[in-house]
Amino acid sequence: MPEGPLVYRQRLITRVTHWVWAISLFFLMLTGLQIFNAHPSLHIGMESGFDYDNAILTIGAREVGGELRGVTQVLGAEFDTTGILGVSGGEPRAFPAALTIPSYQSLATGRVIHFFFAWTLVLTLALWLAASALNGHLRQLIPSLADLRALPRDLADHARLRFHHSADYNVLQKLAYASVLFLALPLMILTGLSMSPGFNAAAPWLLDLFGGRQTARTIHFLTMLALIGFFAVHMAMILLAGPLNEMRAILTGWYRTDGDRNA
Amino acid sequence: MLDRRRLLLGGAALALSGCKVFDSAGQGDSALRRLFASHEGLTRTAQRAVIGDRLAPEFSEADIAQGQRPNGSTDPQGTEYRRMAETAFRDYRLTITGLVETLTTLSLADLTALPSRTQITRHDCVEGWSCIAKWQGVPLGTVLNLAKPNLTARYAVFHCFDAIERSLSGEVFYYESIDLIDAYHPQTILAYAMNGAPLPVANGAPLRLRVERQLGYKMAKYVHTIELTDSLATLGYGKGSYWADRGYEWYAGI
Repeated sequence: MPEGPLVYRQRLITRVTHWVWAISLFFLMLTGLQIFNAHPSLHIGMESGFDYDNAILTIGAREVGGELRGVTQVLGAEFDTTGILGVSGGEPRAFPAALTIPSYQSLATGRVIHFFFAWTLVLTLALWLAASALNGHLRQLIPSLADLRALPRDLADHARLRFHHSADYNVLQKLAYASVLFLALPLMILTGLSMSPGFNAAAPWLLDLFGGRQTARTIHFLTMLALIGFFAVHMAMILLAGPLNEMRAILTGWYRTDGDRNA
Repeated sequence: MLDRRRLLLGGAALALSGCKVFDSAGQGDSALRRLFASHEGLTRTAQRAVIGDRLAPEFSEADIAQGQRPNGSTDPQGTEYRRMAETAFRDYRLTITGLVETLTTLSLADLTALPSRTQITRHDCVEGWSCIAKWQGVPLGTVLNLAKPNLTARYAVFHCFDAIERSLSGEVFYYESIDLIDAYHPQTILAYAMNGAPLPVANGAPLRLRVERQLGYKMAKYVHTIELTDSLATLGYGKGSYWADRGYEWYAGI
């Protein structure tokens, strides 16, 4: 456990926006799955194939021997996913009630909540970005050349679960946070906007960039999976690096460092 | 320690409850629903600011890879509609009424004689799917101008032949509305042909609306009357459209 001095690591604006994003992403994911359930297929291209097949993922239900089975098709491979995907709680639905908001089928409600938190996320990201550009926080997130040179050592330390607690983020932290804030979330926002027929008129080039509205929808879904991956690693790192110290830092800003002993 | 435990327990409770905690957001009149729905005005204002009168993307013949998927009503059963459908809609009349100087009725022949616009566009259903098709029809603005809208008119309301549900008070016919900004957009047409053939019954024959910068449910099918009005308060439950009255956004640009 670190025994060095407490340092003030996260400013108020960083802590507040962190929690607003956590709440927003929670709602965005579960209402997103509700929206997905209204058309549980992901396609590649400008449109969805009905007379032809351009789907890479389809979650459906099929009657097999008088019993309703959930069937998930991924890139041509088929899996029986009864109980979780396709059929759950005895009814045909792509994602189960426990993973959607609301728990019952309501595309309208899912959409209303999804767009509310989409706006919340976009506006707080903009606020955070402006504040971080001014207060220097952005520089703390972008890896320097020295950071990248330290990458092999940092990887080895993480692999051995040997964590350093310092006032600065280590290079893997920087890469993880920067890829969420500057890659995944912008990608989510842009692919989300690409699905808007209104916004398509303002920025048709977005459709060309992503390869059509349905491909954008697919990328939106895959980036959601990547964000869940980040969340899992984020939670694991907090537990392994000292959950009390990490939680104190993101709640109060104060973080206990290793001090001189192994700085 | 307490703080963290409370937080973790709270999070676990949230996750385990199957998200039923937020089910009240599905009730149209709950405070939670009203809070979440507040995004709609922001979305409309922001989209209008960035899109102005720009056009929705148009596609080429080569992009038409399949028929237009019909959705919602696909075969209206009203006796009047059935009779007209059997005689190739020769008796069909479109009525433009409400806040207009001249109450106007137009036959299908009148409509096809007006200058038309043809556009290959992508139809986006609120469910998430898209389909590209070619639409030909009269710009709605041309038709409205024949009836000379009053200066007080703000919305065009579309009354349709298809009974979308039967309630205790009788059949509910589809209704939809757009404001005059979208009504006079050059791509907003009353389509009578699709993919080079007369509009099929499943896709809204004889006349359907195309509002290319919004979602599919805005594009009313089987239109028989266009009513210009200054308020949507007395239409349906007051939200301006069949689906808006059932929780969907009236402005469906997203």
